[in-house]
Parts: sequence; structure tokens; C-alpha cells
Amino acid sequence: MTAPFLSLDAITRRFEPRLILGDRIAARLGARVENRPVRAVTEVSLEIAKGETLGLVGESGCGKSTLGRVVAGILPPTSGTVLIDGKPVIEHGRKVTTRVQTVFQDPYASLDPRMRIGDIVAEGPIAHGLASKADAPGYVRDWLSRVGLDPDFAGRYPHQFSGGQRQRVAIARALAMQPDLLVCDEPVASLDVSIQAQIINLFLELRRELGITCLFISHDLRVVRHVSDRVAIMYLGRIVEIGATEAIYRDPQHPYTRALLGSVPKLVLEDDELVRFETISGEIPSPLAPPPGCTFHPRCPVAVEACRREVPVLFDDSDGRMVACHVRAMERAAMTKEGSA
Amino acid sequence: MIDTSTPLGRFWAGFRENPVAVAALTMVAAIVLVAVAAPLIAPQDPYDLGGLSLLDARRPPGHVGSGGYVHLLGTDAQGRDLLSAILYGLRISVQIGLLAGGVALAIGASLGVTAAYAGGIVETLVMRIVDLQLSFPAILLALVLVALLGQGKAQLVTALVAAQYAYFARTAYGAATAERRKDYIEAATATPLSRARVVFRHLLPNCMPPLIVVATVQIANSIALEATLSFLGLGLPVTEPSLGMLISNGFVYMMSGRYWISVYPGVALIVLIVAINLVGDQVRDQLNPRLHR
Amino acid sequence: MNAPLLEVEGLRTHFFTRAGVVKAVDGVSFALAPGEILGLVGESGSGKSVTGFSLLGLIDPPGRIVDGSVRLEGEELVGMPTRALRRLRGRRIAMVFQDPMMTLNPVLSIGTQMSLAIRAHDAVSDKAARERSAAVLARVGIPDARARLDAFPHEFSGGMRQRVAIAIAMAHSPAVIVADEPTTALDVSIQAQILFEMRELARESGTALVWISHDLATVSSLAERILVMYAGRIVEEGATATVLRDPRHPYTRGLLDSLPATAEPGRPLNQIPGTTPSLLALPPGCPFAPRCAHASGSCREDPPRRAAAGRAYRCHHPLERVA
Repeated sequence: MTAPFLSLDAITRRFEPRLILGDRIAARLGARVENRPVRAVTEVSLEIAKGETLGLVGESGCGKSTLGRVVAGILPPTSGTVLIDGKPVIEHGRKVTTRVQTVFQDPYASLDPRMRIGDIVAEGPIAHGLASKADAPGYVRDWLSRVGLDPDFAGRYPHQFSGGQRQRVAIARALAMQPDLLVCDEPVASLDVSIQAQIINLFLELRRELGITCLFISHDLRVVRHVSDRVAIMYLGRIVEIGATEAIYRDPQHPYTRALLGSVPKLVLEDDELVRFETISGEIPSPLAPPPGCTFHPRCPVAVEACRREVPVLFDDSDGRMVACHVRAMERAAMTKEGSA
Repeated sequence: MIDTSTPLGRFWAGFRENPVAVAALTMVAAIVLVAVAAPLIAPQDPYDLGGLSLLDARRPPGHVGSGGYVHLLGTDAQGRDLLSAILYGLRISVQIGLLAGGVALAIGASLGVTAAYAGGIVETLVMRIVDLQLSFPAILLALVLVALLGQGKAQLVTALVAAQYAYFARTAYGAATAERRKDYIEAATATPLSRARVVFRHLLPNCMPPLIVVATVQIANSIALEATLSFLGLGLPVTEPSLGMLISNGFVYMMSGRYWISVYPGVALIVLIVAINLVGDQVRDQLNPRLHR
Repeated sequence: MNAPLLEVEGLRTHFFTRAGVVKAVDGVSFALAPGEILGLVGESGSGKSVTGFSLLGLIDPPGRIVDGSVRLEGEELVGMPTRALRRLRGRRIAMVFQDPMMTLNPVLSIGTQMSLAIRAHDAVSDKAARERSAAVLARVGIPDARARLDAFPHEFSGGMRQRVAIAIAMAHSPAVIVADEPTTALDVSIQAQILFEMRELARESGTALVWISHDLATVSSLAERILVMYAGRIVEEGATATVLRDPRHPYTRGLLDSLPATAEPGRPLNQIPGTTPSLLALPPGCPFAPRCAHASGSCREDPPRRAAAGRAYRCHHPLERVA
């Protein structure tokens, strides 16, 4: 088997709260100062094949954005490695490759308000020798038209554009770096429905044209289903289920995935149909004090004793589907036993 | 027509809506112009001691001097034409204000923005020094420095910069800590672009609005501080009479009814400082996103 | 048919900005029956939120209601003195905002804020007000409500805060609650809980709901009737399922087709071209015409409102029923 295109090996990212000066001195002097690190991402390993789009879903605080930023080279992981084509993305805390580029959620914040959009798109390619200063205007025009913008807009400032157009600029900026992997962090979350559709279409089109690999992060399960080949579901910093998109949406195995899919409001087209919501009880626990064992067990309808004690690991369920659930593992074991008996 | 597409164009379009600010800006521009052109338009060269006559000393406004021309604002204790002295004094004040403000802005902004972006030990070190310095009154620091360095324009500017860069550093640091968390900075680091580029091409320009506001205030402050030091006789040498020194020179004659020697330079100083502050107020209103409709 | 509880007629709310007059709401009329749940759907700039704020008279300069009427139980609210309006707000008509911190004061405990809200309209003792607060909090699904009265807003999660804001809105059992994107900022699992609870609460208490949202799916699972807004006007209205199953206005159709759920995964979505128009310089006629595939010369004139069989739309070229 060939090496995977992108591989994450046991990525953990902790955030240590910054202590005030007094506490730092006290800690240096040997006093006990409470400083609980937040584990945003815990031992996540996954692989993405060339040309594939992996959807990363989860609710707020599940660590999907942190993981995205580790992959994008913005945040160094506390431990673990991110390799693209066998080479590291980050070395000594600094990003060392331009092969991974990012599209951010909020196009109102991700473009420097004091730069013309032509300069925004040209800056990276010039700095990394992908275009000479002389060729830059033509290079920028080319990319602007590829993302569906009038190339004559290069001299305008971001505030002169709508949200959808700004997101096109952000996409052009990322693609002008000729990346192999695009990390999209909630790229359509802040856009209106009709504009969202335009950006999704643009994304699908460019992906086909450029054969680009993609990590698509979103809280919107409907959008993720539409664009991803495979999906990974995160809960409190860990991946609980990962596998082919259609298989997961049709037949979710982890109780959290099931509950999450059940919570998505559906378009109701029948009169007098009373919608039943399959709600998950309770709230997401604080990542400061995650529950022991399986972090989902306090809200899980099928939790057993083992879930309170042991952290479940991802196991191969079927057809490349991985699930981290004690109950499902036991079911699976029973099924194989039956099968062999 | 103003091109409202550029940030500067939009700024100016808004600025024009306040007639008071426009009047103040016109006043500042006029004073700067007059100050620059002082050698050309002043009736007399007040530095040319040979051209002074003690016979003309302390004459009231309107006096026709021995030189043959009218002293519109009277003369001072050395027989200088007061109007000429004020024009030259303004020249020095504006020069020192702009120079000290500009240098303090450059040093302070770079320090503050770098501290915010670098974090860690650099941040702690720079910002604690700045905090320490801000806990002293600026005038005290400037006084001590002038006393140590001696008199002269360069020494005075150095003292003023040392007393004022901390305000810029503090403001730049505050603005930069807010800006550096924004996505466009993250996008620049994610490209990746070099640190220097991120700091000076992206972070610093976006920290400019509050710095410009502080700069207008601080230029007015440097002018006032310089006048104060000169009034106390610690600023510039007697051969280069600034507004502060003119006021100080005339002070002893106030009680004897020769008000003009102190009052006219004082009026010039007040008009200059008030005009700069009015411009600064409008700039602040303009750049404060909360006030935007 | 019941007499309408809330009647809005020809409402126009305009904002007089430096750049010109923004006609955020431009001729909106609808009626709300007691206990009804009405969905108000549109994209940003459609005027749905401004309509909601106008109902409560919460329009600040440079905005102003320039024309139209809002009658609550027969009483005209447009032009009503602020003091009289304040007596109605919270008691007969209440609002839930997208950001619960618009309602909540960060420095007061939940119990204090709720008591204040209750005693603003009812002369009851502090103790009685606290009792009632605990009861309302329990009704909106806050566990251990009595103990949480002493907590501060920052100690609550986003979903819990929104529940408290809803509880404050429910405190006086108002006739109408206007909810402006109340679940948009929340996670799906929390959103589903709140949708479910709001529906139950409205049914139990007989409170009518105006549910403002950009999300067709949430509205469809909640509202009996739907109003689709575009550029400050209502372009289509009717029973929710009927309108969504069989839209007449090309914009409603376009919105539905933009949803990823309606297309096969990986296939391009049937997008609406262009962007929402600037409300500063709307061309005469149908505001949707520049983006509409069916537009013709007649669209330069304002399309009349056509109503039949409990539904209505404003379009010169309504879509035919798909077989």
C-alpha cells in the first residue's frame, strides 16, 4: 500500500491558561498553583488519500477547529505529527510548507481591510516565488476569474464586496499558493443560504478541476454530506466515528453520531405532520473537566459500566468504518462469534 | 470628487462633514504654512541681534520702530518685533512637536506591536518598562532628561521622545493584541509569510487608527511640554526664542501693563494647541468604529 | 375564524443613513391568530429582523417606522407613547433575541433579573417573584431551577442562557413572543431541544409565536404558516408545508434548491445567481427580477399580491404546480 497523502499521528493539542505574573513566580518558588490545561484535541490519528475530501463535524468545543489549525500549520501540536506526502507541516513550531492552505470561516475577518484584494491574492505567491512581481497582476487576474470574480476588481478593497464575494477572494488567495491540501474551516457558515449554494458549487467545481485534497470542517451536517467522501465525527476532542459519508449518514453506529443526525432539522413538506425531535439530553461537558471513560457516557442512552471507566478506542467496524464505542464493540464481537459458530 | 473606495477617501469624506474640524484643520494648516514660511514673511529676523535696537524695546502694538516699519504686535524687552518672534517661535514649536511626535510614534508603535506579536519574555520586558515609565509624569521625566543632556534642539527632542514614546507603545500594544487574534493575521501566518512581513505589513497598518489619534494629542502635548520647559528656561538656548520663552520673557512686565509681550505668544500657543486638539477629536470620532452609523 | 391577535398593515420601516434611505421594511402586512406559530423567513437584508423589532417599537434612529400600523388586540402600537409601549412590552408582547446577552445583564444574578422582569408589571413581593421565576425556569427545561437563581449569566452555557431569555419572555404569559433567530447561534443538539420546548410552551400557554429565521428547515418543523421575505417585502405566504412543497415564487423555489439536502451529494446545487440587492437603490418593480430566470419586461412593474386558497404571492410569472 502506498503511504497516505496526509497523515495525522496521535495529535494532541493542549492549551495551558496563561498564569498571571504572581502565580508564575509562586510556581517557580515551588508553590502549588492550579493550572489545568484544556485538552482541545486528544490523540487524533487519521489519514486522507490524495484527491479525497474528509468532512470533520462536531458541535462547538469539540476541537474540530483546533485540529484544522494544527493540520493547516497555524498551531503546533502539543504532541504527534502531521505529515503531508511524508514531510512535516510544522518544524520547531514554524510552518515549513506552502502545500497546505486555509479558507477561514468569516470572510469579513480573514481579509486584511487595508489591502487591495489584488495584493491580498498576490502577496503569498510573490513571497514564495510562485509569481514574479512583474507577472503578479496577470496571475491575480487569472485566479480572480477562476473563482468567479471580475478580474478588474483587483484594485478594490474588501469592504466593497459582499460576504460571498469576499469568500471567493479568500478561496483565490488560498488556491493561488497552489496547495495540495485545502483546509476549509466552516467556509460557508457565515453566508446566506443562496450564497452558500454558490460557494459550495464553486468549491465542487474547483475541486474537480484541480484534483485538490480537502479537509472540510463544518458544524452543518447537511453541507458536509454534500461535499465529503468520508466523514469524521468529533466529540470533546476525540474522533468517535469515521467512515464513508453515505454509510455513516444511512447507518450511524456511534450513539453520538445517531443523536447528532437525529437533531438536524429536516425540511417538512407534509401538512399536519408533527415533527418528532430526537434530542440528546443534557449538554456538552466542559473540556476543562471531561468525564472519565467515554466522554459521551453521561448523555448516552446505551451506556454500560465499562463506558464510565475506560476510554473506548477506534476499532474497525466494517468497510473501513471506525467506531469508538464499547457497546458497539461488544455487539460486533457477539456478531462475529455468532458468525463463526 | 472624493474617491470613497480607499480607506483614506472614506475617512476624508466623513471628516468634511464636521465644519468645526474642517475650520480647525484649516487653522493648523495655516499655522504650519506660516511657520514654514516664517523667514520669508516675517518683517524682521529676530535672531539677527544686529538688527535689534534697544530703543524699540517694550513698545506697544502699532509702534513705528527705528527700522521704519510698524510693529503690529509690539516689541519685546530686547526690541524684537513680536510678530516676527511669534512666527519664528511657532516654527520652532511646530518643528519640535512634529519631530518629537513622529519619532515617538515610530519607536513606540514598533515596540508595542512587536511586544504584542512576539509575546513571552519580550512582551513582559517591554511592557513592564513602559508601565514603569507611564507611572511618572511626562514633564518630570522630560525635566530630568533636559537637565542631564543640556540645552539644544536635539537634546530637547530626545527628552520629549523619551517622555512620550511610552504612550504610543501602550496604545499600539493594546490595538495589536486585539488585532493579532483576528483571522487575517492568522491567514498571513498560515500562508506562511515571514514574521517581519506579518508585523509591519499587516499588523502595524491596522493598528494605525488609534495611534493617529494618540499622535495628534501627543503632538499638541509635545508643543505644550516644549513651551513649558522653555518657560522654565530649560528648553532651547536664548538665541532661539520659542513661544514658551517669549511668554516667560514678558512675564515680568505683565504687572506693569506691558501685557503684549506675554499675551500674544500665549494666544498663538493656545490657538495652535486647541486647533490640533479639535482636529484630533474629529479624527477620534471618525476612527472609532462604535460611532459609525 | 378567530379575530386576529396581531394585525400588521402596510408596515414601512426606513433607515435614514448618511448614504441614503434604506427601505428595510417596505409594505409588510400580515395577521397572527392567537396561539399561532408564524415563521418569518428570509436572508440577511430581507428585513425579517427589522420587521420583528418594529412590532415591539424597538427601532432606534436613524431608523423610523414611516408608515403602516401594528395592532395588538385591537390597540394601535405605531405612534404609541414610549411609556405606554413599555407597559405592553414584556407583558403582552415580548422578544427573544439571537444573542441572549441582549436580554441578560451580566452583572446581575438570574434570580434578580427575573424578579425585576416580573415586578416590572406585577406588584408582587420579592419572595413571590422569586417563586414565580423558579417556576418559569423549570418550565423552559432548566434543571434544578431554584438553585440556579443565584447563578450569573456567565456561569451558563449558550443554550442555558437562551433558555433563561425565553423564560424572561414567558414570565408574563404574553399574547405574542417575537423570536429573532433564537437558535441560530446554538449547536444542533441544543437547537433541537429548544425548538421542541418552544413548540410545547406555545401550545400549553396559548402564546402566539413569530419565529424569525433564515433556516427553512427549522421553520418548517415549527411554524404552521410561513412568510417569505425578500428586500423588505413579503414575496410569498401560506401554510408552511404547502408553500415549501409547491412554491409559486421563483425566490422561494431558489431558496429551497439552494439547500444541500435537496440535491444528490456531490452534484452542483441549483443556485440563485447574483447577490441580494442593496436596499439603498432598489430598481422599480420586482426586487428579485435581476436574479430571476423567469423575469420579463413586465417585472419592471410592481407585481400585485395575488391571493387564493389561503396562500398569496407577489409575482408576475408564478411557477406552476409541479406534477
